[in-house]
Amino acid sequence: MNLDKTATPPGHPDPDGDRADGQPATRGGREHPAPVPQAGQVPPDAGSFLRRVVWRRLARSNSWWTFLVLMVLVTAFSVMRPEQFPTTFNLRNVATDAAVLLIVGVGMTFVIIMAGIDLSVGSVLVFAGVAAAKTMTAVAGPDAGWGAILLGVLAGLAAGAGWGAFNGFLIAKARVPALIVTLGSLGMALGLAQVLTEGQDVRGVPTRFTDTIGNGRFLGVPWLVVIALVVTVLGALVLATTRFGRRTYAVGSNAEAARRAGIAVDRHMIEVYALSGTLAGLAGVLSLARFTTTTIGGHANDSLGAIAAVVLGGTSLFGGIGTVVGTLIGVFIPAILQNGFVILGVQPFWQSVAVGAVLIAAVYADQLRRRGRQRR
Amino acid sequence: MQPLIEGRGLVKRYGQVQALRGADFTVFPGEVVALIGDNGAGKSTLTKTLAGTERPDAGEILFEGRPVSMERPTDAQELGIETVYQDLALAPDLDGAANLFLGRELLRRGLAGRLGVLDKATMRERAIEAFARLGVELQDIDAPIGTLSGGQRQSVAIARAVAWADKVIFMDEPTAALGVLQRGRVLEVIRRVRDNGIAVVLISHNMPEVLSVADRVEVLRLGRRVASLTAADTTVEDLVGAMTGALDGLDGQGAPA
Repeated sequence: MNLDKTATPPGHPDPDGDRADGQPATRGGREHPAPVPQAGQVPPDAGSFLRRVVWRRLARSNSWWTFLVLMVLVTAFSVMRPEQFPTTFNLRNVATDAAVLLIVGVGMTFVIIMAGIDLSVGSVLVFAGVAAAKTMTAVAGPDAGWGAILLGVLAGLAAGAGWGAFNGFLIAKARVPALIVTLGSLGMALGLAQVLTEGQDVRGVPTRFTDTIGNGRFLGVPWLVVIALVVTVLGALVLATTRFGRRTYAVGSNAEAARRAGIAVDRHMIEVYALSGTLAGLAGVLSLARFTTTTIGGHANDSLGAIAAVVLGGTSLFGGIGTVVGTLIGVFIPAILQNGFVILGVQPFWQSVAVGAVLIAAVYADQLRRRGRQRR
Repeated sequence: MQPLIEGRGLVKRYGQVQALRGADFTVFPGEVVALIGDNGAGKSTLTKTLAGTERPDAGEILFEGRPVSMERPTDAQELGIETVYQDLALAPDLDGAANLFLGRELLRRGLAGRLGVLDKATMRERAIEAFARLGVELQDIDAPIGTLSGGQRQSVAIARAVAWADKVIFMDEPTAALGVLQRGRVLEVIRRVRDNGIAVVLISHNMPEVLSVADRVEVLRLGRRVASLTAADTTVEDLVGAMTGALDGLDGQGAPA
């Protein structure tokens, strides 16, 4: 690292001119950044710096408007049905329904920020559920202990990771478009799940598993929601604060620039698709716990639901822009709409119509912003 | 004097097109050498080959006298070679600091660093310093690069190369997109970089600009070096003559046999 290598402005003595000794700017240098001595530099006021950054982020944030929409929905339903909508019981149900999709959505956020797409998550979820259920029932019966359960959970996660790595490898190395690869594995994962089970949902999942993880609570909060929130917080931190997250944005923003800057773009893509697959696997395990059986036919719309949630949350389909917090908001808009319509007695099918319209509006707004930016 | 980088007999084909046909190229330490040639002469390909983005089909590259094989851009970076690409190679959705440290992100110390947590504050601080040193004025350091003007983006790309280069910077048409004022500033930066002992390879179409800033000029035509001239004794007419082939046979230094 030698940012101080160039000439200082005329009239300024070079504070460390002796560093122009050709010390190599090796990549290793970033692991041990040498602090640049800066005589008389006052540290910036941390408070105002933070406030400024937060405000700018907010102003630029695509998810800000989506958050307002969500708040308007919650307020409207609360005002219309104060007895039924804003109750602990109801909101707990909404959150439990949304938990599985939220976990898939966190992985999808990484994929879409990287300018990719993963249509396969719904099927990978089913396949992972089958893998977990088959493992649990093969090792032990319905009254299996935690050891067998853990083995099943790991099998589900591994199955998800495997499908994700398979997708990532074909996309990054074989250069087959992500849309086609994941469309292919969408069919393959579901088909293989059906082959493994001969089309019959697997039953006899350990009751310890379904009673605690699937339907139990931790401090009054369903375990499913707790796990989904932990995954969301971790995902948000990884995306916003780590090198892995930064490189995900970089690859999505300009993959060629990332490659020329020395980022192993292919490897990063495989890792991100594997992450998406692993989270789909976790979602499959949790779905298994909740419904006490594999729900082979019940996840046909999950991939599109996750993509819609991510895009509603302000993540750009063109890559480079997006947040996990946005996805959290984006998952809850369809969930709240569905729930609100049921409570209001509106045909719940309207939910699909409303979400579709909001989705198109969100992408249109993203387009407008991009065009406005490029004009400058 | 030992050349810093020497390309010998470099060949590069793209399908039917032969971009380099045994091209030679020499950069000496701490000099500004201009690489000129007509469209399609192979300037960009030669630059990419010497900067490690493309591998030559034949020929060898010597770095400080030793043969080197650059498999990927990071190999060139480790030798102290940086490139300012014509398309700038910036991530438009990331801010200036993130682009400056693209692929070389600083991590925090201790456990957080081992978990891969970025040291954003230090990167931001150093980016501000790096931009200030080149006289780049960004109204909003946290703005995505895509919202900046073409000249500002160019400045960020140059600042990145200057910040990391130890030995040589390749600049592919660094002034093509700039206004008069900014063009002057880039040429000033090139001189400053040279005065710090870092060589600059300037690819340019602008002959007066080349003669005003370069110490030497190497001329490419049809994938080969046809002339190697000292800028001080050269006129624009000489350069044009070498580029178009009017001087063939008159110059013994680099002309093909």
